[in-house]
Amino acid sequence: MLEIGLPQYLFVSAALFTIGVVGIFVNRKNVIIILMSIELVLLSVNINLVAFSAFLRNIEGQIFAMIVLTVAAAEAAVGLAILVTYFRNRGNIAVEDINLMKG
Amino acid sequence: MLAAIAWWVLAVIAIVSAIGVISARNPVHSVLFLILTFFTAAGLFVLLGAEFLAMLLVVVYVGAVAVLFLFVVMMLDVDFVELRQGFLNYAPAGGIVGVVLFIELALVGSAANTATGAPIALTPAPGPGSVTNAEAIGRVLYTDYLLLFQLAGLILFVAMIGAIVLTLRHRPGVRKQDVGVQVGRRRSEAVELKDVRPGEGIG
Repeated sequence: MLEIGLPQYLFVSAALFTIGVVGIFVNRKNVIIILMSIELVLLSVNINLVAFSAFLRNIEGQIFAMIVLTVAAAEAAVGLAILVTYFRNRGNIAVEDINLMKG
Repeated sequence: MLAAIAWWVLAVIAIVSAIGVISARNPVHSVLFLILTFFTAAGLFVLLGAEFLAMLLVVVYVGAVAVLFLFVVMMLDVDFVELRQGFLNYAPAGGIVGVVLFIELALVGSAANTATGAPIALTPAPGPGSVTNAEAIGRVLYTDYLLLFQLAGLILFVAMIGAIVLTLRHRPGVRKQDVGVQVGRRRSEAVELKDVRPGEGIG
């Protein structure tokens, strides 16, 4: 197991992806942890893209990883802004009550 | 050899700290584990030869996103113990889905290993023509992917405006300076002449 190739990186990426998805399942009530789990999922996607970029000797995978990074940052900013506004109006961040937002 | 040892260390730290993110009792600890995960992922990127993206990960995620999370976690006065009530209820279903998902992903990854027959080795090196990683990215990003680059800037711009619009609030009862009102004041509506008779005062 001393040779580190593409499957090893795919393994790490798959593990992080799975942990992120399971984090969304088990922390159903805590929106902050859910957002962090989504960040974990996006990070695993980035690892996948960069691993294939290095494997195929093609720099374009890293361009895509940069776009994913941009989207992840925007998503975190807007998600946390919604969370702050929601907390200001309701006083808690329980996910069960968020269906009030449908208006 | 050294790269393999570094990979093992980084991979184990990344996975363990990712588990810490979703299982820590205190959300502040979760954010700190998240920072550790991003940092080790940046180390993995360096091993892959993507130095520019690794530095970007440290700057954007550790420097901006994780600190944003930390701010929000500390700013909101939430009873986090109550929010963890359903943890064990959802753990079995989440665990089953996670195991199945991981087995599927690992199968696909190992299939990628055996499909070509030859062992897949990564050669982390700068791009063709012996340019650095950042230069290789710049050569492609500012030519072939210029539109994508501009669209990424637009996404960030819209996110910034959206975050500001969402969190800006107008409190009632707060007096602020309004220059238009001040300048538009006229003497006729501000000063009134009263003819006061001696010994009577203003009625």
